[in-house]
Amino acid sequence: MDANNNVAAFLFLSPWLIGMICLTLGPILASFYLSLTSYDMFSAPQWIGFDNYIKMAFEDSRYYQSLKVTFSYVFLSVPLKLAFALGIAMLLNRGLRGLGFYRSVFYLPSLLGGSVAVAIMWRQVFSYDGIINQVLLKFGIDGPSWITSTDYALYTLVALAIWQFGSPMVIFLAGLKQIPQDIYDAAEVDGAGPIRKFVSITIPMLTPIIFFNFVMQIIGAFQAFTPAYIISGGKGGPADATLFYTLYLYEQAFTNFQMGYASAMAWVLVGIIGTATAASFLSARYWVHYGDER
Amino acid sequence: MTEAATAQPNRPKPVSWRGLAVHACLITGALVMIYPLLWLASSSVKPSNLIFSDLSLWPARFRLQNYIDGWRGAALPFSTFFLNSFIISCLAVVGNVMACSMVAYAFARLNFAFKKTLFALMMLTIMIPLHATLIPQYALFYSLGWVNTFLPLVVPKFLAVDAFFIFLMVQFIRGIPRELDEAATVDGAGPIRIYWSVILPLLTPALVTTAVFSFIWTYEDFLSPLVYLTSMDKYTVPQGLSLLMSSKGASSWGPLLAMSLLSLVPLFLVFFIFQRRLIEGIAATGLKG
Repeated sequence: MDANNNVAAFLFLSPWLIGMICLTLGPILASFYLSLTSYDMFSAPQWIGFDNYIKMAFEDSRYYQSLKVTFSYVFLSVPLKLAFALGIAMLLNRGLRGLGFYRSVFYLPSLLGGSVAVAIMWRQVFSYDGIINQVLLKFGIDGPSWITSTDYALYTLVALAIWQFGSPMVIFLAGLKQIPQDIYDAAEVDGAGPIRKFVSITIPMLTPIIFFNFVMQIIGAFQAFTPAYIISGGKGGPADATLFYTLYLYEQAFTNFQMGYASAMAWVLVGIIGTATAASFLSARYWVHYGDER
Repeated sequence: MTEAATAQPNRPKPVSWRGLAVHACLITGALVMIYPLLWLASSSVKPSNLIFSDLSLWPARFRLQNYIDGWRGAALPFSTFFLNSFIISCLAVVGNVMACSMVAYAFARLNFAFKKTLFALMMLTIMIPLHATLIPQYALFYSLGWVNTFLPLVVPKFLAVDAFFIFLMVQFIRGIPRELDEAATVDGAGPIRIYWSVILPLLTPALVTTAVFSFIWTYEDFLSPLVYLTSMDKYTVPQGLSLLMSSKGASSWGPLLAMSLLSLVPLFLVFFIFQRRLIEGIAATGLKG
């Protein structure tokens, strides 16, 4: 096209170009530079080379704890959340009456899930005299003090994540609707039972959607912050049992003003999320099927 | 894709025992899902000493005083926090709708230098975690004197930083027939005219989805206000709740839960009005939620 169009295009692009350069690309490069310095916001950054990374790797046991907490959270919450999402989506995809109603009810928690109000509610639900323990008591079980116990506190956050399975469920539901019914009919003629149909048709046809949901949930789970902050009173307690990576990063940056160290942490997080995403994409070759036959 | 949409397999079948069993499962599941929210609603009108002893959802005694006590809040009344939240969220909506639609129009319809590279860059920025840019952004806004103003929360939206909305709109514009643009070009319309009079009106569904999600996510956001807003009169609703939670003893759960429920009301309203749009938006593009 002509030069005129170039001018118009960059006019339209200008907000994003400014934003991308000043608020995304510039900061991410600056973040890398700051990660090689000692920086407290109030005086100029002091170059210290890779000291922040060395400290992270060898001297900071709380850093290791935050990694452990975050990885446990991701490995537990993502598969369980997706399993629930797929299970309920399959139940809903049977041509039931009231689909819209069920879909809304199951989706609602994932819409509210990021809010402080829901985290406060969850804290009460799992408190020592909260409803979970009251229900357990009816069955004669004396429940633990979930939130303040180092053994269980993280699981309450996993439970909160699973409770928000609605948004991947909606995506699964849309995917299930795309699978042509005649494939199932043909399999049935060949004598395939429900399990066989699930394993040989539903799962393979759904792999692109499973993959998409998986990647999005992994990226999101590594960045979990608000519920952990509220439920642990901002400290990642008890005894750092819920010290999420982002919580520790926030503490280092905005409570201790170790901005250089926090920048190094941020860069490692970029690395972790990037590696997880890249690994998912590489593995996708072996298990994600894009239907070419249609 | 299109043929599957016409071969719609999901027609309601006649009632069967199996169907009833599925409904029973789903209703139980739905009740379990919603129970915490119902508990929140009922606890918000219970006297504090009954919140943890009275399991029933229907309160034995109603105590509306919780709302009055809660509203007066920790140090400032919640009216301040609600007003701040609404100002920030509404500006974020305006910013995202304007900026993202402009950029999406350029990517979907105009040809320009480095288009492919820039588009790839845009997609890449969707994946960058917020925390990676937070500290330098903070330093930048600090040096501009913007800390403890709404600007760091609002200006980025006018600069289309939430790139997944651009992607959503690009996908949508690609579905709008190009003939419309061409007809307008023949009539002598330039890109600005086409964007304003052809694309924007047809883009309305995507704009509504963007507006609704922008509102919800900005309203719910806790980390950015926590970082940027330092004086209480600037606090948003989530910060107000956090303040109420930390400043009150365990005896005042009633007011805290009352304000928690009240803070969800705008989200419930948006949900009930835009349910369809929200769910279709999620299904079509896989926006997080």
